[in-house]
Amino acid sequence: MSTPTYNVIGTRPIRHDGADKVTGRALYGADLQLARLVHGAILRSPHAHARILRIDTSKAEALPGVFAVVTAADFPPAPADKIVDFGEGDTLLSSLRGNILASGKVLYSGHAVAAVAAVNAHVAAEAAALIDVEYEVLPCVLTAPAAMAPGAPILHDHLPNGNIAETVRYEMGDLAAGFAQASLIVERELDTATVHQGYIEPQNATAFWSTDGRIQIWCSTQGSFVARDATAAVLDLPVSHVKVTPMEIGGGFGGKINVYLEPVAALLSKKAGRPVKLVMSRRDVFTGTGPTPGSRVRVKIGVNPEGKITAAQAWLAYEAGAYPGAMVVPGAMTVFACYDIENILIEGYDVVVNKPSTAAYRAPGAPNSALATETVLDEIAEKLGLDPLTLRLRNAAHEGTRRADGPRYKRIGCVEVLEAMQASPHYNAPLPGPHCGRGVAIGFWFNVGLPSSATLSVNADGTVNLIEGSTDIGGSRASLAMQAAEVLGLRAEDIHPTVVDTDSVGYTGVTGGSRTTFSTGLAVHDAAQLVIAQMKARAARLWAVDHVDFANGVFSANGNSLSFAELAAQLGATGGPVSCSATVNPKGVGGSFAGLITDLHVDPETGKTTVLRVTSVQDAGKAIHPAYVEGQMQGGTAQGLGWALNEEYFMDADGDMRNGSYLDYRMPTALDLPMIETIIVEVPNPGHPFGVRGVGEANIVPPLPSVANALYRATGKRLNRVPMNPATILGL
Amino acid sequence: MKAFDYAAPASLPEAVGLLASQPAARLLAGGTDLLVQLRSGRKQADVVIDVKKIPELNEITLAPDHSLTIGAAVPCYRLTDHPAIRTHYPALAEVASWIGGTPIQGRASLGGNLCNSAPSADSIPLLIALSASAHLIGPAGRRSVPVEAFCTAPGRNQLAPGELLVAIHIPAPAPHSGAAYLRFIPRNEMDIAVVGAGASLTLANGLIAAARLALSSVAPTPLFVPAAGESLIGQAPTPAALEAAAQLAQAAASPISDMRGSAAYRRHLCAVMARRALELALARAQESK
Ligand SMILES: Cc1cc2nc3c(=O)[nH]c(=O)nc-3n(C[C@H](O)[C@H](O)[C@H](O)COP(=O)(O)OP(=O)(O)OC[C@H]3O[C@@H](n4cnc5c(N)ncnc54)[C@H](O)[C@@H]3O)c2cc1C
Repeated sequence: MSTPTYNVIGTRPIRHDGADKVTGRALYGADLQLARLVHGAILRSPHAHARILRIDTSKAEALPGVFAVVTAADFPPAPADKIVDFGEGDTLLSSLRGNILASGKVLYSGHAVAAVAAVNAHVAAEAAALIDVEYEVLPCVLTAPAAMAPGAPILHDHLPNGNIAETVRYEMGDLAAGFAQASLIVERELDTATVHQGYIEPQNATAFWSTDGRIQIWCSTQGSFVARDATAAVLDLPVSHVKVTPMEIGGGFGGKINVYLEPVAALLSKKAGRPVKLVMSRRDVFTGTGPTPGSRVRVKIGVNPEGKITAAQAWLAYEAGAYPGAMVVPGAMTVFACYDIENILIEGYDVVVNKPSTAAYRAPGAPNSALATETVLDEIAEKLGLDPLTLRLRNAAHEGTRRADGPRYKRIGCVEVLEAMQASPHYNAPLPGPHCGRGVAIGFWFNVGLPSSATLSVNADGTVNLIEGSTDIGGSRASLAMQAAEVLGLRAEDIHPTVVDTDSVGYTGVTGGSRTTFSTGLAVHDAAQLVIAQMKARAARLWAVDHVDFANGVFSANGNSLSFAELAAQLGATGGPVSCSATVNPKGVGGSFAGLITDLHVDPETGKTTVLRVTSVQDAGKAIHPAYVEGQMQGGTAQGLGWALNEEYFMDADGDMRNGSYLDYRMPTALDLPMIETIIVEVPNPGHPFGVRGVGEANIVPPLPSVANALYRATGKRLNRVPMNPATILGL
Repeated sequence: MKAFDYAAPASLPEAVGLLASQPAARLLAGGTDLLVQLRSGRKQADVVIDVKKIPELNEITLAPDHSLTIGAAVPCYRLTDHPAIRTHYPALAEVASWIGGTPIQGRASLGGNLCNSAPSADSIPLLIALSASAHLIGPAGRRSVPVEAFCTAPGRNQLAPGELLVAIHIPAPAPHSGAAYLRFIPRNEMDIAVVGAGASLTLANGLIAAARLALSSVAPTPLFVPAAGESLIGQAPTPAALEAAAQLAQAAASPISDMRGSAAYRRHLCAVMARRALELALARAQESK
């Protein structure tokens, strides 16, 4: 296949929302002001596990300046076993509601119990403190292995298997025969701690429930339609009664898909008769929203003397937090996804524990399981005396490889990523001195499709308005406008992208799953094709011809030619404005592979790690805007390095988080990371017109094992727990 | 956070008078401790008295003998940016550049760091090593307290009701002396010391004539370890002598386990950080005239 040449795709125009963002004009949820707005506060459980015996809100209601107090009793009645599905799979309504406002029991420290709306945030906080909740404190359980043990405190009565909410099992080939062929078998078990996405902007929601029963919501969300549908489900309202306006968003990384505040703000607004704004504190974000699961993963891999994997086995237990849904399924699906292996057994357990209900976080589930696989492979490479990338190349997945969970890969870039790592200047540079180590690892993420919609309207001056519903977290206005511009033969600056509310564009799935540039990009591409078709028809009418060509922004036929702008100026006279919409539900998703080379130094006396040099390599399929692809790679790498080295929910025995601030949570700062080098690999995805794969997630998969492997080379120790912080490195 | 009254006296007598009439008032310098504590509900205030408008609290005075007086409200950045302080007190300029980050240093003061009296306060071990004293004023007049005797418990100190800190005074450094403060944090900024060590060392005729060592984050208050310094007096500045002093510091520590580090890890770090601080102080003493 010859490489197509593009005019716009692959260039680096300034993002359309850039000026507003750097000048502080972009409006985030906390900036929103409305007439008669009042402010909310949420009362959260101090206990990790307790029965709610009684909630007395009378003192709070009596406080001057208080407009409304709500608890779970304010949800409309619903049967206990009602199932809701808003495109994300089935969920028990009681679980969805239970996490928003606890009823019956609190299941984690930080669990929302009641909410107040008052004249200002201070009065609201004071009123929340006046709500009297009587608890019967129950024993709590905080890790998956402990929750699976006999006699563990049970969180939910309705789960048939104690605290195990779900079991997943994938099997392929003959495991015993595979291990029998192996000349070397390595087995390791590694734990990871609960970590948070760490987006800079806390969750917020403002809601106004008007007297006609319709609700308007302004919030920070990765998916306005999902927020709408979840809010409608929780409040038992017709979907059309809820309108969600996504404000600008200060990061999400998967953590801003679930709703926490929106239905509460709505309930408060209904009682108060005014718009109500809720804004979380950082501690609320840590304790009241979804982190990514802590986990225990055991991996056993056998190889023959040439380093070909003969069998691989994995056992995974992930902490779901308070409600089922720990991402153990993707963890299990990805654990061996980078390799072509005949004999596989994977067993995974989704385990509820008394911690915040987990949410998605960049390639959710995959870093935890890749940590085990990639460190075991490092050990195997060492024992065989093989270069660790060579070992991986001997086993790398390729077109036709079958994954243990079923699908066969179409064209993928696993080999190309490994080759790019091996050929990189970084991999071929010497280490700077003693106590230094270099580690490598690779990872996979599926990416998703899901529906997206877009509308393009041609203006008479030849510029084009792009209406879309994908929250712009990582530069998607630019990457979408560029795809429109490419089809229309225009410049990126000629397209004016706007993210609109749920009443103003067709259904669009979340900005997540690395899908926006792929799926919404496809919608934009298809809408642009429709625009071209209609414009050709106008030109045909103008010139009285049957066939019009369009190339490089120029319509032509029989010696006539008009540029896009020239023809746009004649639309009024040829039948009126052109405006085209497309809604897609694409199936041609292309998975992405990523690798990371890490050089680090360990201070042998303090155990402190200094990351010296890192190179992130990823298959983008096609990098629409390379700078934003690099940004995704650098962001995922930075988050992964923090996860590997220092971040964790530090909880006491009672399940209270002791480090719920950015001071003590220890995410890396700019001074903690070197410049993150990037190598973009482009193996086009045959399922997208421009070859896009989606790049938001795979890059966070390799850092955990890459760091673990580098630490081993620097210290001679194979640690079995992330974070691999200074004390752990010294064993203290 | 509850509403509170705010006052900003423009002179010391006015401040002392105000404080006498409002003994429960909270004093505000940079506010980087106080405002955080008020917002989180860890402290309450009916009245907040801002001391930043008092001229004497904003002065830096470097005497001809290089003794140094730092007004209680002087923000950290002024210490870091002060050419003479960088020359004569490099360790002080360093510690001022480590507290918080750039925005914090625009407000945070050493006076606030001292009066907040956290066991982890970064400036206090160095001030102890430098033999600094706290100059206080109150209804009974002025008095001076050695910094090593100032803190009494986490968040508690020698300030009597109605008293406030005017300045921190550091006596003239001896010839051939050097000082250092080093802290261990897992990151490179925005962290609270897991263990910190401040040291000063004076050389005479190739031997150690004076030495002082103090630690942070390993006891209920910043911890002065006189025995560590005394063990060095009269000794040649050998690695073994420094290591022995560091071991004494470690033995004096009584760290706890918390989210920032386990007691065992902190104890281990005591010896490492104390030795490294002594090494750096020694190197500076050897360079100094
Ligand atoms: C993000 C962040 C990072 C931080 N990092 C560090 C760090 O790395 N190292 C470190 O040691 N600290 C750190 N701190 C804590 C704080 O910044 C320092 O302790 C700082 O020196 C306090 O100075 P201030 O002027 O802001 O004090 P304030 O908050 O104004 O006051 C602190 C206390 O001293 C009292 N006080 C103030 N002035 C006087 C006076 N003249 N007389 C009597 N009492 C007085 C106040 O009432 C209050 O109790 C950090 C704080 C934040 C918010």
